Amino acid sequence: MNYDVAVIGAGVVGSLIARELSRYNIKIALVEKCSDMAMGTSKANSAIVHAGFDAKPGTLKAKLNVKGTELMPELCKTLFVPFKPIGSLVVAFSDEEMETIKELLNRGVENGVPGLEIYDKAKLREEEPTISDEAKGALWAPSAGIVCPYELTIAAAENAVMNGAEFIRNFEVKKIDFNGKEFTISNGETSFNTKYVINAAGVFCDEIAALIGDNSIHTVPRKGEYMLCDKSIGYLAKHTIFQCPSKMGKGILVTPTVDGNLLIGPSALDIEDKTDVATTSEALADILEIAKKSVPCLNTREVITSFAGLRAHCDKDDFIIEPSEKNEQFINAAGIESPGLSSAPAIAVYVKDMLLEKLNAEEKADFIPSRKEPVRFRHMSNEERKALIEKNPAYGRIICRCETITEGEILDAIHAPAGARDVDGVKRRTRAGMGRCQGGFCGSKVVEILARELGVELNEITKCGGSSKILYERTK
Amino acid sequence: MLNYDIVVIGGGPAGMAAALKAKECGVDSILILERAETLGGILEQCIHTGFGLHYFGEELSGPEYADRFIQLVNEKKIEYKVDTMALQITESNVVYAVNKEDGLLEIQAKAVILAMGCRERPRGALNIAGTRAAGVMSAGTAQKYVNIDGYMPGKKVVILGSGDIGLIMARRMTLEGAEVKVVCELMPYSSGLTRNIVQCLDDFGIPLRLSCTVVEIHGKDRVEGVTIANVDEKLRPIKGTEQYIECDTLLLSVGLIPENELTREVGIELDPVTKGAVVDEFRETSHKGVFACGNVLHVHDLVDYVTLESQTAGEGAAKYVLGKKDAPEYITTKGVNGVRYIVPQKVNIKNDDDVKLYFRVGQTYKNAKVVVKYNGNEIISKKRPRLAPGEMENVVIKNDILKSFAADGVIEISVEA
Repeated sequence: MNYDVAVIGAGVVGSLIARELSRYNIKIALVEKCSDMAMGTSKANSAIVHAGFDAKPGTLKAKLNVKGTELMPELCKTLFVPFKPIGSLVVAFSDEEMETIKELLNRGVENGVPGLEIYDKAKLREEEPTISDEAKGALWAPSAGIVCPYELTIAAAENAVMNGAEFIRNFEVKKIDFNGKEFTISNGETSFNTKYVINAAGVFCDEIAALIGDNSIHTVPRKGEYMLCDKSIGYLAKHTIFQCPSKMGKGILVTPTVDGNLLIGPSALDIEDKTDVATTSEALADILEIAKKSVPCLNTREVITSFAGLRAHCDKDDFIIEPSEKNEQFINAAGIESPGLSSAPAIAVYVKDMLLEKLNAEEKADFIPSRKEPVRFRHMSNEERKALIEKNPAYGRIICRCETITEGEILDAIHAPAGARDVDGVKRRTRAGMGRCQGGFCGSKVVEILARELGVELNEITKCGGSSKILYERTK
Repeated sequence: MLNYDIVVIGGGPAGMAAALKAKECGVDSILILERAETLGGILEQCIHTGFGLHYFGEELSGPEYADRFIQLVNEKKIEYKVDTMALQITESNVVYAVNKEDGLLEIQAKAVILAMGCRERPRGALNIAGTRAAGVMSAGTAQKYVNIDGYMPGKKVVILGSGDIGLIMARRMTLEGAEVKVVCELMPYSSGLTRNIVQCLDDFGIPLRLSCTVVEIHGKDRVEGVTIANVDEKLRPIKGTEQYIECDTLLLSVGLIPENELTREVGIELDPVTKGAVVDEFRETSHKGVFACGNVLHVHDLVDYVTLESQTAGEGAAKYVLGKKDAPEYITTKGVNGVRYIVPQKVNIKNDDDVKLYFRVGQTYKNAKVVVKYNGNEIISKKRPRLAPGEMENVVIKNDILKSFAADGVIEISVEA
């Protein structure tokens, strides 16, 4: 196969780049080593759209964050991705921290962040009643929001595929050759050719760049652990509540999610192993302790799951988005750590513009900007539900009781462009298994539906690709 | 809009027993809504025996026990809809439900009986550290894979929690050729029935480790092992006692939670200990005309008791529909000193029958005394050779005693060593 552009890595950055490029009459491959998109950093992060006051003025981070945050609401609306503009608070607990948030405000103004304001204690309590009595004030950023990061990634990849891009899953790039004109990309078994490569491999960006002899990138996986709480305490935070930032990041936050759960985290620890997303009891205990400084009434009773993600931290301390020094046709999109999610829509445009300078491409007249609106039975009125089931009875069968997810929604997820192939893929697209029972009841039904729709045996279905099989052989 | 006198939500042992009793008491218009493809509830996957010893005086398997009631439901021509999920109950007892055939159902009920059962506590609730590899599941999910779907979910198994389902699955997995390495129990005692510990673990040489928990799960794609550790009196893992156990599966049997989402949404008062509704002796909740029974009310250890309780609820719902339920004058019940909870939480003193109070203790006792007091005065005292959290107890308050009580009085049950 021959492509014009191969995007390596179907995280939020790679998928949005692929979608942005799919506006043009070029052949695009979106290459992913896992069985699905959003399998790395994009599925396990704070899910925050940052206002953009953290990054140093003049950096790519500052520029692309503010731009990305500006693009995000419209993009989410177009792609039917949950986004809520709830605003954020950086809480100060001392006079010193009050000074820090004033500095953040000034920096934000310089970065072009709209609407920043310092709240005094009284105003803060009024806006966020559960906040600690120790809080002295806060920086209010109305342009911040929350988004579903994996749904954004899935929607972007899906839309790119609708516009002709090819999603190549389970393809781990192991070798890249260049013949002076184009690249040959191989996983050790099969290969394809492409004129341009975009390296959006997250924590693995350094390894992918090294395949063409570019050793300029040094990625350090920085682990962040989170706890997710039941929707019954989602009301404890109305806005995203940060503490003052440190060298290691933006600290521990407490935030509602777009689905109404409460998210607490992340810890920050530089590690060696780029696949180590195990949680640790120490970090989980720590984040709860620190989060309680902001919201004292938190406890672990309502925790429904915990998880860890890796930030693709680079020693350069800014996004690296530029053609490789080793090859002009190889563009790195590396070091995309926070505010990577917020910046992703702007990164996509930035990379597209960079590529268009090199590539002679015309805009398609028939570009489809949106995807099919996903059915969300749980949010419908009874009248809408009635009409829906009349049209397709599969929406009358509830599979996941905790989240009220129907068989019809699961079928849609499997049969969508670049659809779900495993249990976690169904979960991320539909929320089946994300509720308080965490798949106890619906897990086996989802396995059944996947096996039926994909035409395989039950014991061929995996949790998340690879060797993550759920069932072994038949019973005696 | 459909109209029924009684809508029963859940067609497991609780829902069926309640419906049958209501029918027997003279209510004809009854509809059972069941989420699964068949009536029977969780019993359908409980293919081991041990059911019915109290109620039928014989030992049945789960499906056999359920089948006796399914046959009666059919015989008595009680209507039911399977593959049907109740979505909402309104203030005025309208039940919304969906299925493939009828689409959205809107059913006006005079009385509603909640019989939705319970669910298993998931891994997340324990916050076990480690990876999120495949191969971690609740014991009940594994039971469904093995007994209904006919697939093995693992070969080398560690089980956390010695609840009855965990014990039963230890034996089941062993019989199917898996190696169950150990059953770990956080508490210093097992929450399962003694007979299950003997028949499911001891008989197969499966070790039970008390005061021990899983502290970490290992393995990238599929579980490769777990780290277990002993815990101190405050249930915190003790450093230095960690032990790695190679396995491909971790089954969790760490407690059951009544499924009260519908109950909560309609604003029914819940008991923080049972996690079920606060009810009177007919199992009527704080919402007029809404009754609850079985594991949605409080988690039972024997289905026989579920049946008995559900018959009480069925009778209550029938009385309510037929206008025979007395205007109540309630006294409340309260578990103290070792008694974790009592069901019912309130009793109508104008009731004409004896009232059985079910309760559960918080730890094991030997040769202890169960003392019942009314407004501080001892009315019943009974010696019990053994009391355990895993085995529900009861005391009967005779009607003549009940009649001597005054409204707003308090009955306390306590354990004295």
